[in-house]
Amino acid sequence: MAVAEEIRASSETLLDRKATRRPANLGQIIRWTILFLGGILMVMPIAFMISTSLKWPHEVYNLNLIPEEPTLDNYRYVLEDGRFYWWFLNSLIIATITTLSNVFFDSLIGYTLCKFRFPGRYIVFIAILSTLMIPTEMLVIPWYLMSQQFGWLDTYWGIMFPGLMTAFGTFLMKQFFETVPDDFIEAARIDGLNEFQIWWTVAMPLVRPALAALAIFVFLGNWTAFIWPLIVTNSTEHYTLPVGLSSFGDEADVAWELIMTGAAISTLPTLIVFLIFQRFIIRGVVMAGLKG
Amino acid sequence: MADVSLMKLVKAYDRTEVLHGIDLNIEDGEFVVFVGPSGCGKSTTLRLIAGLEEVTSGEIRIGGRVVNNLEPKERDIAMVFQNYAIYPHMSVRKNIGFGLRTAKMPKSDKDKRIEEVAEILDMSALLDRKPSQLSGGQRQRVAIGRAMVRDPAVFLFDEPLSNLDAQLRTQMRLEIKKLHQRVGNTIIFVTHDQVEAMTMADRIVIMKDGYIQQVGTPAEVYHKPANTFVAQFIGAPSMNMLPGAVNGGSVRLDTGAEVALGHRLESGRRVVLGVRPEDLAPDIDGAALVEGQVMVREPLGHETLIYVGAGDAEIIAKADGRLPPELGETVSLTADPANIHVFDAASGEALT
Ligand SMILES: Nc1ncnc2c1ncn2[C@@H]1O[C@H](COP(=O)(O)OP(=O)(O)O)[C@@H](O)[C@H]1O
Ligand SMILES: [Mg+2]
Repeated sequence: MAVAEEIRASSETLLDRKATRRPANLGQIIRWTILFLGGILMVMPIAFMISTSLKWPHEVYNLNLIPEEPTLDNYRYVLEDGRFYWWFLNSLIIATITTLSNVFFDSLIGYTLCKFRFPGRYIVFIAILSTLMIPTEMLVIPWYLMSQQFGWLDTYWGIMFPGLMTAFGTFLMKQFFETVPDDFIEAARIDGLNEFQIWWTVAMPLVRPALAALAIFVFLGNWTAFIWPLIVTNSTEHYTLPVGLSSFGDEADVAWELIMTGAAISTLPTLIVFLIFQRFIIRGVVMAGLKG
Repeated sequence: MADVSLMKLVKAYDRTEVLHGIDLNIEDGEFVVFVGPSGCGKSTTLRLIAGLEEVTSGEIRIGGRVVNNLEPKERDIAMVFQNYAIYPHMSVRKNIGFGLRTAKMPKSDKDKRIEEVAEILDMSALLDRKPSQLSGGQRQRVAIGRAMVRDPAVFLFDEPLSNLDAQLRTQMRLEIKKLHQRVGNTIIFVTHDQVEAMTMADRIVIMKDGYIQQVGTPAEVYHKPANTFVAQFIGAPSMNMLPGAVNGGSVRLDTGAEVALGHRLESGRRVVLGVRPEDLAPDIDGAALVEGQVMVREPLGHETLIYVGAGDAEIIAKADGRLPPELGETVSLTADPANIHVFDAASGEALT
């Protein structure tokens, strides 16, 4: 019942807890130092990404953080090179469709497994869970062979199909639907809603925070997915952003400054997703702990 | 509005039978309360009537129509749940109106109906609040409103008051009873609280282990309990049970006391005599039913409960509130033979 409130409250306490000022003791100083170093460690890659995107090619292999002759030329090049927009659009389409598909199907399956009693329910659940243990790397070859047989190589569908539903999402949603009291569902049943309506109008609004977390996971996962899109695509116009960016440069040399420029631009959507859903992301990170 | 009848109703989960053939007729407009200890099958019976569970065998009729194979929404019933089941993401208005979602009537009629119900429940001012802004009692009223809005033939309540504090429970008890007098629909109300049952019901159905023990008005189940279970379940504190054997026209209790019987039973038969605490009075003519020391006193103001040790047994009696016997004092108590219930010791059935 209070799922939404509870999660909001907990994320707010995590986000905005205002420390009351007390004189620092040694323990605190050590803790802050560690956190500070950790923070630097986290920021460094981003700093280098932005720094590199502002450098000329000859300076790329210098580790200085401040470019000697900063330039926006890389941005001009990437944005004027038509391919970037294609890749960006491809990634956006694929990540969006996959996210919607996951939010819909994972929660539908999770709900069914959670709230309906039918023979084999437990086996189905275990079967779904067990797929969590198989790493993507192992699945890539069967996927490829399958795509080849079906003629899905180098198509949107080919890039998307393995991720349209995920075992993790199903598991996550099933666990969350456990928090929806059966009385709610039965009350709606008595009020004359059919099972699909009950799921959509009663159960789904009650697990909104979980849906938001799932959406973030899936969107980010697909936005940054590399191996499978790299394998399944051939033509540049079907590349996703990470695949496209890695193709900058030629055999002899990797154009790091262009890759970093593209990467810098491509973090924008993730930044937006984060800003919109940040109150849920903390909960999401907590839940990622479930996956291990 | 409609009558409800259950015929040889059996429910089994897998192979465990939890209801063993329930027969019951509920009249149109009646307020019937199912009462019994937890796990006795009250909720299961209610859920079978609602159509939330499938009947294993037997028949359910609502308004003369067999409903065994009808969906809940086709049965013309509404149900109020223990934890209210009102939706936190919807306003009070939406929650109450939820029951009308699938009804085919113009929106203006629906709105009017919601206002009417809110008026009856005294909630008009709260229609645009969210459930989180309501107190427990108000939430329960929203849940009742949602059931009322469809004007069902039968209302089903499953322990709707057990989440409320004692004071609010008493108040809601009264409100539901008034509501029944006002709208007149058939009500089936489930509770484990015999006080709720006694105060609200036209008729009480007492259940135990999936069997009906007795059906009757509050007065009937109180004054003429069908067996020792009903006798001890109804009334607080519980009826005292004194084992003994028939000896001619009287019963010789195991404590040695001799009690005259109103009617004849064959000599030597083992029986249990039941006496309510409120029927025990100080003995003045030397024919004590129980004699013993006061072990514990529980003052309640208008009366004092005294626990009297009589042999191995402990007898509860109600004594005067102002001048109760002292602790340790030996008291002898007796009861009007008309108020002594006789049960068969083996079966527990009342012998009259
Ligand atoms: N879904 C179920 N599966 C198996 N047994 C159940 C189920 N629901 C109830 N029971 C059993 O049926 C019996 C009656 O339960 P119930 O009707 O809920 O009792 P109560 O009188 O407390 O409402 C209990 O023994 C309970 O364990
Ligand atoms: Mg129950």
